[in-house]
Amino acid sequence: MDPHADKPRLDEFSIAARAAKELRTGMVVNLGFGIPMLVSTFVEPEREVLLHSENGVIGFGPVVVDDPDGADPYCINGGGQPVMKTPGMSFMTHDQSFELIRGGWIDISLLGALQVGVNGDLANFQVPGKIAGSLGGAQDLAFCAKRVVVLMTHQDKHGAPKLVERVTLPLTAPRCVRRVITDISVIDVDADGLVLREIMPGWTPDEIRSVTGPDLAISPDLVEITL
Amino acid sequence: MPINKVVDSFDEAVHDVPDGAVVHIGGFGGPAEYPSYLIAALARKGVTGLTITGNHSGFGEEQIRQMKEHMATLLPYPDDYFSAGILIERGQVRKGILAFPVLPGGRMELPFERLLKEGKVELELIGQGSLAERIRAARAGIAAFYTPVGAGTVVAEGKDVRWFDGRPHILERALKADVSVIRAHQADRWGNLVYRGTARTFNATMAGAATVTIAEVDEVVELGELDPERVVTPAPYVQRVVQRPKPAMTSWQTPC
Repeated sequence: MDPHADKPRLDEFSIAARAAKELRTGMVVNLGFGIPMLVSTFVEPEREVLLHSENGVIGFGPVVVDDPDGADPYCINGGGQPVMKTPGMSFMTHDQSFELIRGGWIDISLLGALQVGVNGDLANFQVPGKIAGSLGGAQDLAFCAKRVVVLMTHQDKHGAPKLVERVTLPLTAPRCVRRVITDISVIDVDADGLVLREIMPGWTPDEIRSVTGPDLAISPDLVEITL
Repeated sequence: MPINKVVDSFDEAVHDVPDGAVVHIGGFGGPAEYPSYLIAALARKGVTGLTITGNHSGFGEEQIRQMKEHMATLLPYPDDYFSAGILIERGQVRKGILAFPVLPGGRMELPFERLLKEGKVELELIGQGSLAERIRAARAGIAAFYTPVGAGTVVAEGKDVRWFDGRPHILERALKADVSVIRAHQADRWGNLVYRGTARTFNATMAGAATVTIAEVDEVVELGELDPERVVTPAPYVQRVVQRPKPAMTSWQTPC
């Protein structure tokens, strides 16, 4: 029985809302599969963040929801969802899209994860028990973005920590994750280990430690998560 | 004698694709940028032992029906979306060089995943960026290139490693196909292509990365109608052009 089962946690949309605070005007940002896809909803257009998607589009708007007639099949994001056309956007070929990624032009890559190691190792493409996984564009992003921020639940569905001493699942990229935003915490992956920066109201640092694999230092500037 | 790359039917366009061919399959993830009718023609031809490359392995016939329902409120799927999953289900594919062999999130088991478990297909897993660049390199006459992406992971297995700028890089070989099947918006009889929005994706990347590139287009226009400033794929990269039928076919089995 999970002793923390009744404690408050951010849902996926709230994790996305918190992640949106990482994005500032002029940044080139790629939103990966899973929770990161939800982030576009929380970036108001005035902020002028350039959203990039692997399939070859940059500068697009939020996902078009509940409007199948208004959805343009020629304007989709990396998750195959229709997105809004906005002034300033541009299209490119797939190889050009990954020149942008490999060339280091992505300021922040937001990615989902299955495991993150204390050294920043990322595993996010092959679920345990599956015969194969799908790398998609995540590997290029994890290797080449200027900053990789992971959005994930703090624990897996069995309650096991997803922040681990050593990644045991197939590696997407080594030593790439700089920050992890979970349903109960914001944790930085620093050179000398994990540091708790923000905490979900209703949790104590020791409770966060109890569901985190490696040692977790507490930032002297620790604050509650706000959206 | 004027140049004319326009062929009358999809069946004719793929008539000489041999068993064992390597086929680049364009598109990304949506039906609007997918070469559906060329896939259907390959299925009708019954060509076998194919190696397919592309972003994803594709839905089976029944799964496309499910996806139509699933996507109805987000992005309606057209009736004439025929996926490479059909080729896989029919046992026409031997190997996939793919970024998405399985569906992320595990919502359904794609035909490729099922046959992989049964040992009936082979997988070469590759990330989208290295896949796209390997294809581009083939068109560009570059035999191989070093990339940092994948070093220290399963992707690096069996590949040369060299250090540049303090980082390990792996050697990726160009990936040339026998046939590229791609989708574009408009073409002229020379084979110049323009695309719509996010339909450039792997389509424009794969154009010219094969001995024969076949473009499935919404419309063939008169020579001179395409604005040269807007042409993304210049004529030499394209050998055949076929126009999609109107009205749309509802079954991949209908000759066209």
